[in-house]
Amino acid sequence: MEKRVGVLALQGAFREHRQVLKQLGCDVVEVRKTSDLEGIHGLIIPGGESTAMGKQLQINDLGEKIKELGAKDLPIFGTCAGMILLSKTIIDSDQYRLNLMDTTVERNAFGRQIASFETDLQVPAMGTHPLRAVFIRAPYLREVAPNVGILAEFEGKIVFARQGNLLASAFHPELTPDHRVHQYFLGMIDEHWVK
Amino acid sequence: MAEFGSLKVKTGLAEMLKGGVIMDVTTPEQAIIAEEAGACAVMALERVPSDIRAEGGVARMADPTIIQSIMEVVSIPVMAKARIGHFVEAQILESLGVDYIDESEVLTPADDAFHINKHDFKVPFVCGCRNLGEALRRIGEGAAMIRTKGEPGTGNVVEAVRHMRTVMSDMRALSVMPKEELMTAAKTMGAPYELVLYVAEHGKLPVVNFAAGGIATPADAALMMQLGVDGVFVGSGIFKSDNPKARAKAIVMATTHYNDAKILAEVSKDLGQPMTGIEISTLTDAQRMQDRGW
Repeated sequence: MEKRVGVLALQGAFREHRQVLKQLGCDVVEVRKTSDLEGIHGLIIPGGESTAMGKQLQINDLGEKIKELGAKDLPIFGTCAGMILLSKTIIDSDQYRLNLMDTTVERNAFGRQIASFETDLQVPAMGTHPLRAVFIRAPYLREVAPNVGILAEFEGKIVFARQGNLLASAFHPELTPDHRVHQYFLGMIDEHWVK
Repeated sequence: MAEFGSLKVKTGLAEMLKGGVIMDVTTPEQAIIAEEAGACAVMALERVPSDIRAEGGVARMADPTIIQSIMEVVSIPVMAKARIGHFVEAQILESLGVDYIDESEVLTPADDAFHINKHDFKVPFVCGCRNLGEALRRIGEGAAMIRTKGEPGTGNVVEAVRHMRTVMSDMRALSVMPKEELMTAAKTMGAPYELVLYVAEHGKLPVVNFAAGGIATPADAALMMQLGVDGVFVGSGIFKSDNPKARAKAIVMATTHYNDAKILAEVSKDLGQPMTGIEISTLTDAQRMQDRGW
């Protein structure tokens, strides 16, 4: 299936996601306004600053439209800031969110930039070979509802999870040459549109 | 095993700031205004560049109390400036936990020959440049992010434009150069050979490149974005204008929608007076901050 994938391009590392998706043969649309959402098969919300993106999501109902699509099972993948925006509960924050995943997220949960790190992550759903994962002022999921599947943990903290059509990672698969996470998300798109 | 302070992690934060606006702030109140407007980071300072320019004297790292009070009130990254070559100011800033250090020509240089060896630090650095050679020297020293110098505190974008155009045209020249000419190009521009090779091969810098120095309006920000920068720093341009809240928001919008003239027109309306600008030719050599850096 020819896949048309949107990448939210308000702020952050949207270009890196676009490059990976192009390498994987997708048609990529940068999403800055609601009309950009038309005809997409899936959406990626990149890393960046969740508050900065949240402000702009509130302009002209862009966020509300994404919420609607997410509720109608459009596959959405959030990395880092994207994980924060997808979560229903953000600890100690009343910032704007898309309110889609039954997860409780903590921002900057590993600390400030000085505590940012990279590591080899075991992700059973992606095979036995570990995934190099880059965490930058990263969040993690403090709690998830029973309907949320945990794909990976780091030191007991949930850093990768899926709830039906929604996928969220605390790390940045767009910054490493290993494209298994994006391929997994494209698999979700196939599942949704081919059935 | 977690690996901290790697180049990937340092450049990675800059990647996350792209398409965003980093705003100079001097108080927690200003930091909150910046965050509310959608800034992707703030630069914590004691004085904005236009005040440093007006007051003269030696400009140094800000009082840690100011930086900490700003770090406490916002959730976005907080940057702070150290003087060129002043690695102890940088050590202090790192110990405070700031997210990025700007080794900045806005402050009075502490060393008139050498910059900080930025590889020594786990915290990432951003440095200014006027051309490709300068950018690559700073990256060679460990900078994980580059910005144009522009002429800080003037509200006049002409120097930032010049510096960005120079960097872009230097890169274009390298990308069509036969390989045997690249060593001499490296020698001429005073840049590490390996980085010259990188630019020749990829046609871009190995790190994120922002615009800084003189950006005062939404149109200025969009101009720099269209010239090819990854995001913008706004120093004096916001809090020295009539209506900082509205201007900050408008510049954020303009940086995202830099290619959409209709949106740019909309956000440029009713912002009140921008900061009063300075014509560059009226500055004496000593007043030109961009000439600091080696």
